[in-house]
Amino acid sequence: MKTMFVIEAFSLACFVLLSQVTAKNSEDIRCKCICPPYRDIAGQIYKQNVSLKDCNCLHVVEPMPVDGKDVEAYCLRCECKYEERSSGTIKFTIIMYLSILGLLLLYMVYLTLLEPMLKRRLFGHSQLIQSDDDVGDQQPFANAHNVLSRSHSRPNMLNKVEHAQQRWRRQVQEQRKSVFDRHVVLS
Amino acid sequence: MNGTGNLMDFLDEPFPDVGTYEDFHTIDWLREKSRDTDRHRKITSKSKESIWELIKSLLDAWSGWVVMLLIGLLSGTLAGVIDLAVDWMTDLKEGVCLSAFWYSHEQCCWTSNETTFDDRDKCPQWQKWAELMTGHAEGAGAYVLNYFLYVLWALLFSFLAVSLVRVFAPYACGSGIPEIKTILSGFIIRGYLGKWTLLIKTVTLVLAVSSGLSLGKEGPLVHVACCCGNLFCSLFSKYSKNEGKRREVLSAAAAAGVSVAFGAPIGGVLFSLEEVSYYFPLKTLWRSFFAALVAAFTLRSINPFGNSRLVLFYVEYHTPWYMAELVPFILLGVFGGLWGTLFIRANIAWCRRRKTTQLGKYPVLEVIAVTGITAVLAFPNPYTRRSTSELISELFNDCGALESSQLCDYVNNPNMSRPVDDIPDRPAGPGVYNALWQLALALIFKIVITIFTFGMKIPSGLFIPSMAVGAIAGRIVGIAVEQMAYHHHDWIIFKNWCRPGADCVTPGLYAMVGAAACLGGVTRMTVSLVVIMFELTGGLEYIVPLMAAAVTSKWVADAFGKEGIYESHIQLNGYPYLDIRDEFTHRTLATDVMRPRRNDPPLAVLTQDSTTVEDVETLIKDTDYNGFPVVVSRESERLIGFVQRRDLTLAIKNARQKQDGVVSSSVVYFTEDAPQLPASNPQPLKLRRILNLSPFTVTDHTPMETVVDIFRKLGLRQCLVTRSGRLLGIITKKDVLRHMAQMMNQDPESIMFN
Repeated sequence: MKTMFVIEAFSLACFVLLSQVTAKNSEDIRCKCICPPYRDIAGQIYKQNVSLKDCNCLHVVEPMPVDGKDVEAYCLRCECKYEERSSGTIKFTIIMYLSILGLLLLYMVYLTLLEPMLKRRLFGHSQLIQSDDDVGDQQPFANAHNVLSRSHSRPNMLNKVEHAQQRWRRQVQEQRKSVFDRHVVLS
Repeated sequence: MNGTGNLMDFLDEPFPDVGTYEDFHTIDWLREKSRDTDRHRKITSKSKESIWELIKSLLDAWSGWVVMLLIGLLSGTLAGVIDLAVDWMTDLKEGVCLSAFWYSHEQCCWTSNETTFDDRDKCPQWQKWAELMTGHAEGAGAYVLNYFLYVLWALLFSFLAVSLVRVFAPYACGSGIPEIKTILSGFIIRGYLGKWTLLIKTVTLVLAVSSGLSLGKEGPLVHVACCCGNLFCSLFSKYSKNEGKRREVLSAAAAAGVSVAFGAPIGGVLFSLEEVSYYFPLKTLWRSFFAALVAAFTLRSINPFGNSRLVLFYVEYHTPWYMAELVPFILLGVFGGLWGTLFIRANIAWCRRRKTTQLGKYPVLEVIAVTGITAVLAFPNPYTRRSTSELISELFNDCGALESSQLCDYVNNPNMSRPVDDIPDRPAGPGVYNALWQLALALIFKIVITIFTFGMKIPSGLFIPSMAVGAIAGRIVGIAVEQMAYHHHDWIIFKNWCRPGADCVTPGLYAMVGAAACLGGVTRMTVSLVVIMFELTGGLEYIVPLMAAAVTSKWVADAFGKEGIYESHIQLNGYPYLDIRDEFTHRTLATDVMRPRRNDPPLAVLTQDSTTVEDVETLIKDTDYNGFPVVVSRESERLIGFVQRRDLTLAIKNARQKQDGVVSSSVVYFTEDAPQLPASNPQPLKLRRILNLSPFTVTDHTPMETVVDIFRKLGLRQCLVTRSGRLLGIITKKDVLRHMAQMMNQDPESIMFN
């Protein structure tokens, strides 16, 4: 589990870096020139997809609003900046973030709403006996102790995963008690 | 089937072995250090045997650098993901990009040609919600609909954030820096730096910042980086098995966290040195620098802001400042110190109320209420509607001829033809006065709302809100000074340095100095603050004003209370943190602090060869001490060593399970050779290997000043008190902390942990 997480983290980092390098389409570079108001011409912003060496007033400002002799004075007041971005990285990051958020929300809905309902339907009402210190505890994972004690003595993968999950739930419940209920840590 | 066997081993519950620590206990720094020395010596001696052993020793030596590299890569990546996601989600509250929904406002209008000079952000691809839903862009109806949807989105984001924190990782709330300070001083909080905490903190940090609450992401980024550090420590047994070495890695990871939060690698290292770490040897300095550098490089290659800069507040002006301007800078420093004191007192009072009264029982409701109030009050004012980082960026920027915002609505001389950097001082137009009113309201709003926001049950930092408060105050002062210099340039104070037609005053610089002053007033940082500020802005010319403001704010704030916000939170929670900076100047002796006191039951000890297993088990069951001294016999009470409770429990449990013949009446002995017993007695149990033969002792007349120094410098957990070789009592870290609290007239019962 630990190495898988590390490999995942690594591949994520590599993917992001790679996508930055590979997704360089022409729309991702631009030269932006801002020209303030000059005499009776209003302020204007000009954008073009040119490279760094062409990023100056003469190449980008089209059509030039002033005549020949005023061009230099006009261009002196303009400021041109070269900017780059990676649209591939942005798209990948946002979509990945939304999918992780969506998965977490689904898991949260499953844990808080669906699982107690399913367990109640599978095992019947009598099996859901709360342990002593969880009386009246409506939190998620409240019946972690109960399910753990009902192990079916099948030492296979599924049982191990369920045991690990129950252990994690107990830990989270302990954390929740100390942070939210007893206010011992992280007031 | 070997693969599945290994996978299933990961899912098994780990057996705790001798030498680990329990949750919410302090580690023994000396023991960790000596274990590391042993391990190193073993590897070095084995490396001479074969080539393979030599390679293994080289790998062991390089494992530290590999860990730093991995921490830098992962922290940089996560920070880039967080920045991009926050950028997008903040704009989601106001509208959506129709051509590609994953673009924020600025990215959506990046290639559009319909942007105008006055309205740089408008383009047809990005529409506000009212325009999308009803087709009207202007008007009262559209405004109300935008307002309503803004509040709705803010509430949704914060509700998701607090629910995720509550269900999956309750340790992910808050800033994280007080707890990390305590962990780095030797405290154990299991799960605080775990994988689920890392995942949830990253995801909910984005939600919390995007919901428009008055909080920042710098403190939580330090927590995220330390979680990455902990994650990679578990790959190498050199760090996973040794708590002392692990904390070296965590110090370096904290530096990497600040480095990506601010784009300030050197500032990050100094922040880790000054604020977060407890012990900071030179080796850690070098490694922290490497980790911070790798993290900054990774973030730069992801390029979240599209213009090859690391942070949003990069400023480019180089106008000089004048000596007479030191007066307003020092005034800003005083303001920063006063605000810092006010904030710390009010926030601690509110957090204490949350801890002790009914308010603490409704965390989700509290978050939703504060978000609702923030969103409702923030929308009308354009300076609070946008994200705090954008606000700070606008306040730091100087107004050239190219700006068209309300704050830069100066009356321009139409014949002016200077290059863009050297605009002379101009009179303010009506837009500037309007902006001043709105900024003043924003200042009051931010001062009040941050007090209630910091400390809620979602990830919350306070660097950005403090900087915002300072930047607003600084900008207001700067504009005031600028207008005074323009309209009254014949007064004595301005005559010497400000000629009409020159560019005297830069209000953006005042905003920077104000931000530094407020941040220094709250956190009491000094050198690291100045370095972070000048790395943030690139203004090496402005080091002296920043230093003046930082020093002034620290003096003013220290006059009211010695602790910064993080130390105050540590005290509020009762963590066993022995601050390096406190001075203990009272004349008490070790006998005054040691236990047992006069009326207490006598000290619980074990003898070296006459205690039975049953006695030990009863002792463990009846008391809750962390360890027991071992003496020669109850009559002579000469000290042999010290044994930890956890080691005793595990050793006896192991012995009962694994060794034959060990029963309740077996004798436990700590000497080299078994005691002489009749043959009919059951087999004795040797426990010498868990005995610490060199416990720290002081005599009863040692002054407490020295004892506190020993605890601080060596990181002890307990110290035994002897008189002429005989054991008298014990002093634990908790006793020391309680004594110090008592001497400072604080409540000694507030120290909760061992």
